[in-house]
Amino acid sequence: MNPLLQLTGVSKTFTMHLQDGIRLPVVTDVAFDVDAGECVALAGPSGAGKSSVLKMIFGNYRCDAGEILVRHNGERTDVARADPRAILKLRRTTIGYVSQFLRAVPRVAAIDVVAEPLVASGIAREDARTRAGGLLARLNVPERLWALSPATFSGGEQQRVNIARGFLPDLPILLLDEPTASLDADNRAVVLDLINEKKKCGTGIASIVHDDDVRARTADRVIDITRFSASLR
Amino acid sequence: MSDAAPLLLAEGLTKYYGRQLGCRDVSFSLYEGEVLAVVGESGSGKTTLLQLLSTQLAPNAGRVRYRLRDGETRDLAELSEAERRFLFRTDWGYVHQDAALGLRMNVSAGANVGERLMAIGWRHYGRIRGSAVQWLDRVEIDTERIDDPPLTYSGGMRQRLQIARNLVTQPRLVFMDEPTGGLDVSVQARLLDLLRGLVTELGLAAVIVTHDLAVARLLSHRIMVMKGGDVIEQGLTDQVLDDPREPYSQLLVSSILPA
Amino acid sequence: MNAPAYNFAYLDEQTKRMIRRAILKAIAIPGYQVPFASREMPMPYGWGTGGVQVTASILGPDDVLKVIDQGSDDTTNAVSIRKFFAKTAGVRTTTHTPEASVIQTRHRMPETPLTEDQIIVFQVPIPEPLRFLEPRETETRRMHALADYGLMHVKLYEDIARHGHIATTYAYPVKVDGRYVMDPSPTPKFDNPKMDDCAALQLFGAGREKRIYAIPPYTKVVSLDFEDHPFEASRTPKSCALCGADDTYLDEVVTDDKGGRLFVCSDSDYCEQRRGTETSA
Repeated sequence: MNPLLQLTGVSKTFTMHLQDGIRLPVVTDVAFDVDAGECVALAGPSGAGKSSVLKMIFGNYRCDAGEILVRHNGERTDVARADPRAILKLRRTTIGYVSQFLRAVPRVAAIDVVAEPLVASGIAREDARTRAGGLLARLNVPERLWALSPATFSGGEQQRVNIARGFLPDLPILLLDEPTASLDADNRAVVLDLINEKKKCGTGIASIVHDDDVRARTADRVIDITRFSASLR
Repeated sequence: MSDAAPLLLAEGLTKYYGRQLGCRDVSFSLYEGEVLAVVGESGSGKTTLLQLLSTQLAPNAGRVRYRLRDGETRDLAELSEAERRFLFRTDWGYVHQDAALGLRMNVSAGANVGERLMAIGWRHYGRIRGSAVQWLDRVEIDTERIDDPPLTYSGGMRQRLQIARNLVTQPRLVFMDEPTGGLDVSVQARLLDLLRGLVTELGLAAVIVTHDLAVARLLSHRIMVMKGGDVIEQGLTDQVLDDPREPYSQLLVSSILPA
Repeated sequence: MNAPAYNFAYLDEQTKRMIRRAILKAIAIPGYQVPFASREMPMPYGWGTGGVQVTASILGPDDVLKVIDQGSDDTTNAVSIRKFFAKTAGVRTTTHTPEASVIQTRHRMPETPLTEDQIIVFQVPIPEPLRFLEPRETETRRMHALADYGLMHVKLYEDIARHGHIATTYAYPVKVDGRYVMDPSPTPKFDNPKMDDCAALQLFGAGREKRIYAIPPYTKVVSLDFEDHPFEASRTPKSCALCGADDTYLDEVVTDDKGGRLFVCSDSDYCEQRRGTETSA
């Protein structure tokens, strides 16, 4: 099968120039695939480099070696070598990322935070807001909060806004970094459903999940990052 | 963002003030709808670069090319004074750090916004005023204040008026020099939010000079870090700020005091 | 008493040549402000030295000179300047507009339409129409060079915003020959239409600012305005108390300290002609 996402020989080392140039290797020779419709979970203890791998796929971190091939619309792009424009395009059309923390901009309403990626891709604002509302409702974010900035929300509420924002567009690849971390059981269940719905649509998902139960119910494969971890050797 | 040719191309831009280096060998391409932040501390050369790009200064070496509305890409140094002024008035915007430099302080807000329209030939008072009202509203200035001169405005309002004045002719490229400099924090937040919205809504390309990394993160897609006239690092904004490679970039990022 | 020997019309011939060159250039570029080497005159700046230098340069022994100040031949300045030329050039002077070949004026245009045989010389304080909006000379020169006149319309816009109509009542800016924006000198806007397609040559001299400009005969002169606020050559809607004219520019004269006032034609010669009274020249 032609994987949506393919990593080969991916390595990263941080060089801390402010600390006399100490080199902190993170991962070495990471290799795995993600196919359409499957969810691949990255497992391993804290510090193993799981978040770093997701960030490299998203282009948020640079990688020092290796290839990160993304397939979309018949084209294959290597994120590791792509120029800024290409990465921005990929983020708009191909790869979505639900980070662990929501960076809340003070004056933007929650509903607009969620709708923004759709609006950026050309969908009319009202339409995007309606869809955003639907997802927020599903995630049990009360409507009275939609017009407020998430900067004042609780951790769990912020995370749900983050999830809605990441899940709303139809992107073929989705990266999830601890999507259920601050959520109660009910909302965890909703996210589970969302993940499985995406899989059914053919989305390829790479996720980091600490909760064994959630992992068991979403992941088709588990990749143990300690295999590639340079920092834990 | 379009796949057309780049909107603005800087090629090997170098400027010396006598023996003092302004900036050296700066090159980049900017596409429609892209926002580039140029960050650095005082003396980094970022303001020199902005003035070279907007043809307010002539480089000692290198050139700036710009794709005009007719699709042709021209070396800006080869444009006549008339062509350059026309460009400045229609296709470009320039937002100064000190709004007083970018406004006519003694003339009403409406006239400030309407001036560019009148300069390109609008001759109907009612329509000019109508356009000014729309724009004041868009930058969240109470339209009742349309006849007041910016002398009577607060700093944040003046800055928003400056933005309205620049955007009224729907420019494709906007240069901003520390647009939030000197403003109160809450005022800054409001202004940044406005800028963010307008840039997205109007598909503006922008080059924003700032020393504030938070401004860069919020507004820009790409970032260029400068120090002592040289480009230290450039790339995707979140990449350079989250995974800085060069020693100076790491210093800059780590120097931000946590709130 | 032996009068001191003056060169004809006071100025030396070389200076007149220089000024005539400036005048020719000004005529060739209607409305464009031509710099000239303004001389020290025996009256201070602000008293018409520009107008006097232009008149001095074009006067010939057969010319007949009329000098008016705010439309009147007998105010102090008009009298002084007329005497100045009578003394230094020995030319015939008159108060009767149709008789004059050269008319020097401060701040008004005669009501009698001028002819092709006449030249009118305006005294100009500030030649630059944009000066009060843009103080930098370098910038205003560039604006004229590039026909970049948006700022002028800003001023007119401001007037409408502030007063509901264009409030400029004198020195109303005009566009000459479709190219340069010009200050017609502080004449009332009522006089602007007279400048359009005028049969006489119109010359403008600013001594302190050292500029000469001109409108050749039969040149298009259009007052700036907005489509929805068109130019109006307005006047006080009254008749002259002396001659009954209701289509001339009027002066308001306070007659007593109880608020009594009269409106009379500003152009004293025109008013006299209408009344049929002759005064000696």
